This record gives sequence, structure tokens and C-alpha cells, in this order.
Amino acid sequence: MEGNLNALTTIFTEFYYWVTIVMMFLIHVGFCMYEVGVSRRRNHLKTLMKNAMAIPLVTITFYFFGWWIYFGFPNGPGIAGGLVTAPFAEAWNPLMGTHLSGVSPGETGVTPTDAALWHRLNGVFWGAFLLFSITTASIVSGSIIERARSGAFWIVAVLVGSVLWILDASWGWHPQGWMVKLWGYHDAYASGVVHAIAGGAALAFLIVLGPRIGKFRPDGTARDIPPHNVWLVTIGLFLIFTGFWGFYAACNIPLISPATIAGQITGETWTATNIYLAPTTLSAITFNFLMSLSGGMLAGYIVSKGDPFWTFSMGLCGIISASAGNDLYHPIQAMLIGAIVPSICYKLHYFVERRFKIDDAVGAVAVHGYGGFLGVVVAGFMLWGQPSSPYEGFAHINPLGNFAGAVLMFVLGFVPTFIVCKILNSMNLLRVPAKVELEGVDFALNHAFDASVREVGTAEKAMIK
Amino acid sequence: MSTNGMESWAVDLKDIGAIYPFQGSEVVMVIVGLVFWIGWHVLQTRHENAEIEADMAADRTGEETRKAIDRH
Repeated sequence: MEGNLNALTTIFTEFYYWVTIVMMFLIHVGFCMYEVGVSRRRNHLKTLMKNAMAIPLVTITFYFFGWWIYFGFPNGPGIAGGLVTAPFAEAWNPLMGTHLSGVSPGETGVTPTDAALWHRLNGVFWGAFLLFSITTASIVSGSIIERARSGAFWIVAVLVGSVLWILDASWGWHPQGWMVKLWGYHDAYASGVVHAIAGGAALAFLIVLGPRIGKFRPDGTARDIPPHNVWLVTIGLFLIFTGFWGFYAACNIPLISPATIAGQITGETWTATNIYLAPTTLSAITFNFLMSLSGGMLAGYIVSKGDPFWTFSMGLCGIISASAGNDLYHPIQAMLIGAIVPSICYKLHYFVERRFKIDDAVGAVAVHGYGGFLGVVVAGFMLWGQPSSPYEGFAHINPLGNFAGAVLMFVLGFVPTFIVCKILNSMNLLRVPAKVELEGVDFALNHAFDASVREVGTAEKAMIK
Repeated sequence: MSTNGMESWAVDLKDIGAIYPFQGSEVVMVIVGLVFWIGWHVLQTRHENAEIEADMAADRTGEETRKAIDRH
């Protein structure tokens, strides 16, 4: 009976994560629609392909090394211990393929314990984390539209999606991560580990890249470049909202017994947990997701004077700003955080644009970067003194730990991306030439399209009798 | 001391109730939430009034309105 219960739990968990992967794909559909909606007509196709090709590139690199980084680096290494052995996550291990619960005779690199745990969970865990990776990379994509070279973005997408974010997840979003152990870092739904790091990377890219031609007037004030299709932007953002349900669910462990956690929890009550294996419920995150989204949209409507682009973006920012603590907040707290933080981020977006001439076409640095950063900082105060983990000896959640963690996340996204962009720029691989930017990056594609339409039209007309 | 009264997870979950911060201030939070909601309607109405006033003040001749009808 116990064996059957364990098997059912494993299969339920496998199916649960599989569903979250399907849902999270909607985030990427949303990002593509959103970016194309914001871009001008002469840049649509390259904008679409730039974002879409992040999917296969991050997927294969996350298979090759990203998944292993998550399990290998929770100690730093060198901060709370050494490199952790994780054979089941190595690309050449048999558990990174179709496998059942035993160990075949002569099979190397697979222990009975690893096989029993990972044979059904490795692929779906990998897939769920991969979708976080693609999301993180994709956040950078929107900021740089209409002038960045696609190849430059794809290199940065692999850096951010398959190295940087998963490294910070290993540190601060892992049951044994050193930031959790030593700093009491708490970031349950990835305000910092996904959004702040992506915002930092986007800001670095934008600084090296420079603004779009025509974005700033000769006197230095900014011109508005409105979205070409506000309906596409709206549907894109609503698809991102929808996909975020999968994102939130995938941040939880759906069902686990206190004995399996083997921490301090006593009794027989099984529970869902956050990524740190501390108890929470799907009901809690449902309350808080919707209340923080609503707080963001209501505040966004007021501060932007009813602008649809910013109202919906601030809804997303509301979720992001409450995500660090949405496993533990009261819904009204989530609503107020989701209203106040996005209002600050909106003001910061325009301040940075005016002061530093940063042309962030979709406001990603504000929504994800500042929203994620401030969300982590707020969680440090709101959850002050609470246990960060069910394991003994971990630091408690505290403002300093979360502030330092938020800085680390933003900087970890910013510095490596800045260096890589500088190198690409020095090789003329970062930005398209001004002539191409003015023509539109789809210039040749549009010419070929028009020529094909003309040729077919001429042939068809010749057949009219 | 912690904001939700929990110092560790060394507990039996069947004995634990609410775990959100600042328990006991639910009524205050609801009042703040209601003020936020009502305040939103006040601000939204002011904004919409200003918008309508601007629309009313624009296009005294009706020419732009005719163009808008054709365009949209």
C-alpha cells in the first residue's frame, strides 16, 4: 500500500509539472505577440524571429549544461561548501533520457536512489525549469527591438537563460542554496531570481546598444514611439498573465510528506511546499496572484492615466513585485505591494529614460528589473524573522539578507551581459547599421515578399479571359 | 520575533493556522483595502472628467470631428 501511495505521488507530481510546462509556453506566445505589437511594421519579422529562436537555443544549452549548474552550484561553490555531485543532471547520464525506476546491469553513473527518484521527475523538472529559463531570456528581448542584431541577442539569451539565472537559482532558489542558508534569502516566486536578473541584463544590453534612431529629440527629450498594434500587445500581455499561472504552480512542490522533507516538520500531514520545501498552498498563491495583479492594474491605470500598454504592464509588475513573498502574504498585503511598487517602477522608467537616455521599448527593465528588485526588498521586511527553510541552522528571513540578495541578482544579470555586449559591440556584432535601421530590419524580406506578390498577381491577371 | 509568529518549522502542520504576516490586523487591512478601492474610483472619475472636458474644449469648428468620423 505504501509503495502504491509513493508511486501515485510520483506520477501525480510528474503530471503536475508536465501541465505547468504546457501552461508556461503561453508566456512565450505572449512575449512574441507583445514584441511584434510594439514594433513598427518594417521590423515585424525579425522581431518575431529574434524572440522565437530563443526557445530552441536555450532549450539545447539548458539540456547540455544549465540543468547541471542548478544541482552542482548551491554551495557557490566555495561559499558554503564545494561543487555538488549531480550525475542525474549531466547530459551524458542515462537518467537524462527515457528510463524506468531500476538500474540495468552494466549501466554506469546511475544509482538505485537516483533512479527511483529521478526516472519520472527528471524530464518534467528539467522542462519546468527550462521554461523559466526561456522566460528569463525572453524578458531581455523586448527592450532591444528594432536595432539589435538577432545573433547578439541569441548569444545573450544563452548566457542569461542557461547560465546566469540558473546559477542564481542554485544559490537563492534551491532548498540548500547558500543564500538561503547564510542570508535567509526568500524569493518564492522568483521576483529576483528570474525578473531582477533579467532586468539587470536588459539594462546592460540597452546601455551598450544605445537608443533607437529618432527616439530622442535634438534637445535630448524623448519622443513617444507608440505600439503599432495595441490589440496585439494586449493579447500578448494577457497570455503572459495566463502562462504565469503555470509559472507559479511550477514554483511549488505539489505534494510531499514531512518524512520526505526530513527537516524539522513533525506529524503526518502532507503538504504542498515552495521551492525551499517550506509549506504553502495553491489557494494561498491563487489569492495573492490575483490580488497583486489587480493592485498593479488599478495603480497602473491611475499613474498612466488609463494608458492600456502601461495599465497591463503594471498588472504584470504587480505580480512580480509581490512574487517574492506570495507564498506567505495576506491577499490585501499582496494587493497593496502590487499597487505601490509598480507605481514607483513607472516613475523610475521615465526618470531613467530622461536622465540616462535609455530607450527600453517595452519597459522591461522597469517591470521586471525594478519590480523584481523592489519585490525582494519588500519581502525582507514583510517576512522578517520567519524561517527561510524547514531545515535546522538556516538564517531567518531578514531585510538585509533580501536586500543583498536583490542587489546580487541585479548585478549578476548586469555585469556579465555588459561585458559580453561590449565584446560584441567591438566586433560590430551588436547593432545593425544605421542605414538598415532606417530601412527597417525586414527590408530585404519585405522586398522579396512584395516581389513574390507582384509576380503571382501578374501571372493571375494574365489568365483572366 | 517574526512577523507571523513562527520562529521555525519544527511543528506539526495540523496544529498551525494562518501563516501570513501581521495576524490580528485583518480588519485594518480590509479598511485600508476599501479605502484603496474607493480612492481609485475618486481618482478615476477626476481623470475621466478632465479628459471629457478636454474633448469638449477641442475642435470648436467641428472639422476635426468630421475627419475623426471618416477615419474611425
